[in-house]
Amino acid sequence: MSWRVWLPLFLFAGFLGLAAYQLTQPKDDFVESGMIGEALPYFDLPPATEGASGAATTDFKDGTPRLLNIWASWCLPCIAEAPQLERLKEAGVPIVGIAIRDRPEDVARFLAQHGNPYTRIARDDLSEVQLAIGSSGVPETFVIDGRGIIRYQHLGDIRESDVPTLLAELEKAR
Amino acid sequence: MSERRHPSKSWGRYRCRARLKAIPAFAGMTAIFLSLALPLAAQDSMPPAPFAYRQLDDPAQEAAAQDLMETLRCLKCQSQSIADSDAPMAGDMRHQVRIRIAAGEDPEAVRAWLVQRYGDYVSYRPEVSAVTWPLFAIPALLVLIAAVVLAGRLRRRQS
Repeated sequence: MSWRVWLPLFLFAGFLGLAAYQLTQPKDDFVESGMIGEALPYFDLPPATEGASGAATTDFKDGTPRLLNIWASWCLPCIAEAPQLERLKEAGVPIVGIAIRDRPEDVARFLAQHGNPYTRIARDDLSEVQLAIGSSGVPETFVIDGRGIIRYQHLGDIRESDVPTLLAELEKAR
Repeated sequence: MSERRHPSKSWGRYRCRARLKAIPAFAGMTAIFLSLALPLAAQDSMPPAPFAYRQLDDPAQEAAAQDLMETLRCLKCQSQSIADSDAPMAGDMRHQVRIRIAAGEDPEAVRAWLVQRYGDYVSYRPEVSAVTWPLFAIPALLVLIAAVVLAGRLRRRQS
């Protein structure tokens, strides 16, 4: 009997092994934005809470790199990343916040409880800007250079270990 | 990469509530699952976007929007189309689809707009691209090989 008789069986076993291996791999739920390297799409959003300034595309074109933080008061990881945003603010980074589907009173309560690292906080009630920049959840943080070009995307909450990366990306965007 | 897959990283991101069908046998189980899910499933309390659930007045435009929505992936549910999902973000995506189609945009232009932002991932429609061509080529190749083998054997049997 020729060895070739066994070939289909080996092929099938190999396929089975590959499928089994892939099934044990954890699923990456993050969807990266395709807008890195693209200009920030046009928007002009009202303030998210009383006393705050809204945000528009034009605010990002003054030559200073900024962080654009997509968040919401109803989002739990946003509480976890609040201290890291505070650290970035202390490092002199201007952070523009966009609150997704949020109420002014909830935003005010969140900022009173967890601190306000933002130079501007705008409200995006229909997730329009979120969709326009390719963000698929909260929180996400984008590095925008001084010409309004999206340079980097951080998915999920900012951990302590992510702060140096973000500072380096901001420096690169200078 | 393993850092990114930390489960806590997805807490509170938009989540889907699957449409509950009235099957009594599952009601108890569903209640348990919902009560488990609630503390994690932080969701906003804002009303849905104007065109999240409202159909367009023009039936032809609504049909075009519906066809498109059924082939777009809900980014936060990931196994449902935005037409099937009650997640707030899916509602906001339906709103985008409907207002763009009402404004006269071509459905494929709307799809392209989303694919530019979220990659092929957002579209359920099979697409032949630099990455996906083997999915189409390999079956054709296998059929071709089978045909050649079959033809060879039939010829041998005849002779």
